[in-house]
Amino acid sequence: MARDRMIGAAIFATLLALPLLLPLVGADYLMGLLIKAMLLAIAAISLDLIIGQGGMVSLGHAAFIGVGAYTAAIALESGIEEILILLALTLAVTALVALITGALALRTSGVYFLMITLAFGQMIYFTFTSLAAYGGDDGLTLWSLATLFGSDVVQNGEGLYFFVLATLLATWAGVHRIGLSRFGRVLRAARDNPQRAEVMGYPITRYRLVAYVIAACIAGVSGLLMMQYAEFVSPAIATWQRSGDLIVAVVLGGLGTRNGALLGAFFIVLMEEILSSLLHEWRLIYGPLLVILVLYAKGGLADLMAPRAKGAG
Amino acid sequence: MLEIRHLSKSFGALRVSDDISLALGPNECHAIIGPNGAGKTTLIHQISGVLRSDAGEVRLGGRDVTGLTVWQRVQAGLGRTFQITSILPSFSVLENVAIAAQAKAGGSMRFFAPAARDAALNDAAAAVLTRVGLADRMEARAADLSHGELRLLELAIALAARPKVLLLDEPMAGLGRTESAALIDLLAELRAEVPMLLVEHDMDAVFRLADRLSVLVDGRIIASGPPAEVRDDPGARAAYLGAEA
Repeated sequence: MARDRMIGAAIFATLLALPLLLPLVGADYLMGLLIKAMLLAIAAISLDLIIGQGGMVSLGHAAFIGVGAYTAAIALESGIEEILILLALTLAVTALVALITGALALRTSGVYFLMITLAFGQMIYFTFTSLAAYGGDDGLTLWSLATLFGSDVVQNGEGLYFFVLATLLATWAGVHRIGLSRFGRVLRAARDNPQRAEVMGYPITRYRLVAYVIAACIAGVSGLLMMQYAEFVSPAIATWQRSGDLIVAVVLGGLGTRNGALLGAFFIVLMEEILSSLLHEWRLIYGPLLVILVLYAKGGLADLMAPRAKGAG
Repeated sequence: MLEIRHLSKSFGALRVSDDISLALGPNECHAIIGPNGAGKTTLIHQISGVLRSDAGEVRLGGRDVTGLTVWQRVQAGLGRTFQITSILPSFSVLENVAIAAQAKAGGSMRFFAPAARDAALNDAAAAVLTRVGLADRMEARAADLSHGELRLLELAIALAARPKVLLLDEPMAGLGRTESAALIDLLAELRAEVPMLLVEHDMDAVFRLADRLSVLVDGRIIASGPPAEVRDDPGARAAYLGAEA
């Protein structure tokens, strides 16, 4: 898939070069928009690991963004400011939550898996709304932000932009690698034909659970970065509608493709921004646009840009 | 190698396996025949663990595997094929077999090295595919294979895990005459390496391959022994063979 890689490389080269050009066109606004798109893309790529590669449609993925954001925010409030320590904490807490909820949810599959992940997502969401000490429903404005080795370089502007870009690049490359690895192959086999994978000698639930935990951890990291960017956390970060947005990004971009989730996330953020600046009732255009894309570009945006051999992947 | 003792299974009031016992020695092919609905596939499901048995015991190489799950039994050396072809449609033919070899080799919790370029697994898979006669189809997508080729792939997947015992559920199902003949030759060769329990309707295959033959009717074995003896058994003739012979 040489063309996939070229498209991916072109996207990242553009993202790398843009901050150098932005001062010409009004930097802050566009940079913020791109950071938002990149943060959504990180979470969407992680969701594609379980939906695209694993065939497990989760409607609770945004909850892990929330777990990451709240873990980091609460740690910040209690005085831990080093971003690498916050990262480690975020990973540990999201992994634990995902391990417990995943082990239970993976006793089901298909639409039942969707319902149970939705239920866990809602439980986590309502847990956030009840955290009175951390703003409850209203959320929490952060008076201090994370630092990198004591420096404020990752707090705003270009420093944060490049930190998010590096995280996105690592996620994009890492999830792709996982998909091609021995582990990823078992995960895809369990999606293609669960019974066959089992009769090949694989305890498929174990592999699915590991994928679920990895995806949750990545979503948790995007949550930490969302908190850092917004200087604010609220339960709204973890609503099930946000989980739905992530699914839309993954499906629209192209399930289980190299650039699908990335393209889908950028498309959603940019379309919302462009359409809403043109028209107050922008959703009247956005909705039908999604319908048309899903109907006529079944392989997703990734397929439009680099048509694959029929059915490959 | 494989020993089944008093295996039973009921669906509600319907007794699909009724106190079935049989043994499979090294390098032996034990064929099971019987009319449709006799419980042949159910028996294979019970032995491989896809279905839980209500009572009885399955022993593999002297070890009790009754309490093990499907994948644990495969890891213990119990390979099987499906009556209705069960493969990974979006994978290449080579990858279908390589991933089966990977289960045997271990290391499936590795996250970074690309598996498709794993020479040891690919070589093992290619050797099995050459053996079954799919050497020139290795790069094809499994979903694009013909029915006959799929039956061979099904067998190759089972062989790649280097099983101690092979359960074959109607391997000839849907094959034409020449394809069947080729597969019988292949199975005759394999019989020297791995003992097999063969469920089959094709009488040519059964009488050519089987060292022992059991007739299953309504979940019970009504006759068992060397094929020539069973062929002359009046009960077996009446129940099954009589209809054809």
